[in-house]
Amino acid sequence: MWKWIQAFASPQNFYRISGTLIPWFLYPFVFLVTIGLYWGLYVAPIDYQQGDSYRIIFIHVPSAWMSMMIYLIMAISAGIGLIWQIKLASVVAKVSAPIGAGFTFLALITGSIWGKPMWGTWWVWDARLTSELILLFLYLAYMSLNNAFDNPKKAAKASSILALVGIINLPIIHYSVKWWNTLHQGASISSMDKIAAPAIHPDMLWPLLIMAIAFKLMYAALVLQRGRDEILFNEQNMRWVKDLIKGGER
Amino acid sequence: MTKRQNRMILVALLVAGTSLAAYLGLKAFNENLLYFFSPTDVVNGKAPNGKSFRLGGLVANGSVKREGIKVAFDVTDNQNTFTVKYEGILPDLFREGQGIITTGSLKNGTFMATEVLAKHDENYMPPEVADALKNAKK
Repeated sequence: MWKWIQAFASPQNFYRISGTLIPWFLYPFVFLVTIGLYWGLYVAPIDYQQGDSYRIIFIHVPSAWMSMMIYLIMAISAGIGLIWQIKLASVVAKVSAPIGAGFTFLALITGSIWGKPMWGTWWVWDARLTSELILLFLYLAYMSLNNAFDNPKKAAKASSILALVGIINLPIIHYSVKWWNTLHQGASISSMDKIAAPAIHPDMLWPLLIMAIAFKLMYAALVLQRGRDEILFNEQNMRWVKDLIKGGER
Repeated sequence: MTKRQNRMILVALLVAGTSLAAYLGLKAFNENLLYFFSPTDVVNGKAPNGKSFRLGGLVANGSVKREGIKVAFDVTDNQNTFTVKYEGILPDLFREGQGIITTGSLKNGTFMATEVLAKHDENYMPPEVADALKNAKK
């Protein structure tokens, strides 16, 4: 089992397999994001209080979910890279960070655009908004720390520790609207007691879930592509990469 | 103990240590993390005296009085109520029965607001459904 995992997780093998996997994530993503946006922006009914303005949730909520999911993947990969010294895990952690930072930024910006007309303010320092902003800073800190070392091993080690420390922010973001009074509203779907009966109408929930799945596929495709690039760069002096280039193979 | 087990324990300690630190830190700052005080909190003397603070609650039904851009309304948590006076533009979601958060200070029992923010709840539904729910309640 252990041998098999190590063989599977070898950079060369990952390069080969990811090449065939990417289209399986990329095309479903394009398909679902088209349906999700059309359904969410045109077909779904208006909200009884917010009118059309609520439609930003079709971007905002999936982005916010992704920002937390990617951090979790990043931190777990960083931990695996740290403990078992698997190169591929460190690569996954490294290439996930900018994607996660992008989604966090998107969630903050769309929330701000919605907040101005609805709440009456672009930004408040309540627990939810502040902890999400800290998440963005954690991503940025991870990225800069990873870039600060010339030695890739040292870089992976230092930044992995930071990623693991930052994981404590995830439950804080998730429960912030429950533990404290916040301006941000509570969870409509993801809290345990609401899975059976979400506080969001099915006509709005379906496009939201489709968008969420589409974003996850997009992340998968991005992480594979970026992982391939990173591995080629890291292993540029290895035999298999030279053979690859000589053969003119993709 | 192998090196790998050693690293595993170190990572576990790291995560446990940060969790504990975060827990203690958040517990210590719990009061500061509250974004607003309810009218009952204010009556119980939890809100800072004489200083600006945030008051949160529902806009009492039938209490909104407008006069140009001056507006007065009652904020309630169904136990205690404060009258709020405000001059300025109200957010789109401001209406009777809506949750709001307002910044300002108390003057002779009236809350003089400098800012009014609407708090949205987690319910999303089409207008027809909202009407149906309302009718069902009656």
